[in-house]
Amino acid sequence: MTSIIAAIAYLVLAPLVGGLISGIDRKITARMQGRVGPPILQPFYDVAKLFEKEDVTVTPSQNTFILSYLVFMALTGALFFAGEDLLLVIFAFTLAHVFIVLGAYAAFSPYSYIGAERELISLMAYEPMIILTAVGFYLVTGSFYVGDIAASQAPAILYLPGVFVGFLTILTIKLRKSPFDISTSHHAHQELVKGLTTEFSGATLGKIEIAHWYETVVLLGIVYLFFGFNPLLALVAIAVTYVLEIFIDNTFSRMKWQTTLKSGWGAAAILGFLNLVVLYYFYLGV
Amino acid sequence: MAYLKKSPWLLHYDASSCNGCDIEVLACLTPLYDVERFGIINTGNPKHADVFVITGGINEMNRQVVKNIYAQIPDPKVVVAVGVCATSGGVFRECYNIAGGVDQVIPVDVYVPGCAARPESIIDGIVTALGILEEKRTKMKEQEGSA
Repeated sequence: MTSIIAAIAYLVLAPLVGGLISGIDRKITARMQGRVGPPILQPFYDVAKLFEKEDVTVTPSQNTFILSYLVFMALTGALFFAGEDLLLVIFAFTLAHVFIVLGAYAAFSPYSYIGAERELISLMAYEPMIILTAVGFYLVTGSFYVGDIAASQAPAILYLPGVFVGFLTILTIKLRKSPFDISTSHHAHQELVKGLTTEFSGATLGKIEIAHWYETVVLLGIVYLFFGFNPLLALVAIAVTYVLEIFIDNTFSRMKWQTTLKSGWGAAAILGFLNLVVLYYFYLGV
Repeated sequence: MAYLKKSPWLLHYDASSCNGCDIEVLACLTPLYDVERFGIINTGNPKHADVFVITGGINEMNRQVVKNIYAQIPDPKVVVAVGVCATSGGVFRECYNIAGGVDQVIPVDVYVPGCAARPESIIDGIVTALGILEEKRTKMKEQEGSA
């Protein structure tokens, strides 16, 4: 019963929390650049505006794909907060991204084609690490269920420092931050017009934005799992992690897609894999 | 609701400017003026834009380009002609290759004079354009309601 309530609470609250995080992100970014910055509620104004605009659709199927992206992203988070299997969460998460890529491919445009291809590359780059993260949690807590992992008293971060740093690397890819914002990026950055989202406008673009808010909350939820033994410490860790991501975003320029692939796989192969090997041989789990 | 006024996204196009006005447009984004505090973002994509900012007079080579970009911006949209060349052709008005101001090709809503236009007057012009944008949205909604 509590799991259903948690899932519903996520569906209702995640867009609000995600939007606020995005607003704070833009404010901190502006301050780092010596600007005043937009109001904290700016992301909500942006999305509300997008729903007021004219509906310009290149191909009708693209709207279906984007709706599926939003639905599956919401489902990913609902499964996560209901305490379901982490592997299932990751599969739903990947499926959601397959839909946005299909949507971009459906919209016959060179910009959205390149954006879609780059999104596939970043999908390839982060997928191994995210699966190793799930395996790491299993080795430490003996369960793939998010509910069990979150309730576990084992200090996951102490056993999985490499996995955590590896996860931070792919978090930068997932949050579309420089240097890994190759397919499309936030704020006033421009690349390949707008990459993946070039052909989406109005309400469809609004849905992509909302889906991204859902996504942000799930990703920060995974950060929570590393510190699940102490909820207060976990919240502090989430805040520090996010500010660190903003700092990285403002420090680096965008790099080539090869760097994204190398960083994602490098993190998985070196930090993630070695951490798991050490854990497997010296620690037999709870 | 009037969310459009709180989140206008700009598309900047240099028709055939000497770059003077372009630099002033970009100056609006710097920490000194920081137009993002009004929610204004400089997008590179006409499909995400609400305000079309043009600098420089229209020449025969980019007449079609400007029309094409204008057509790609979803309604409601406004056009702001920045600098004296964009408003009337300026000193290039009589040139063999210049069609004149932006209003020779697409409807212009706000004219920002100056050579080069100062960032203050550009921001003023865009804020004026936001009022027009809101009017257009109301009109669009009424038409939708009656249709």
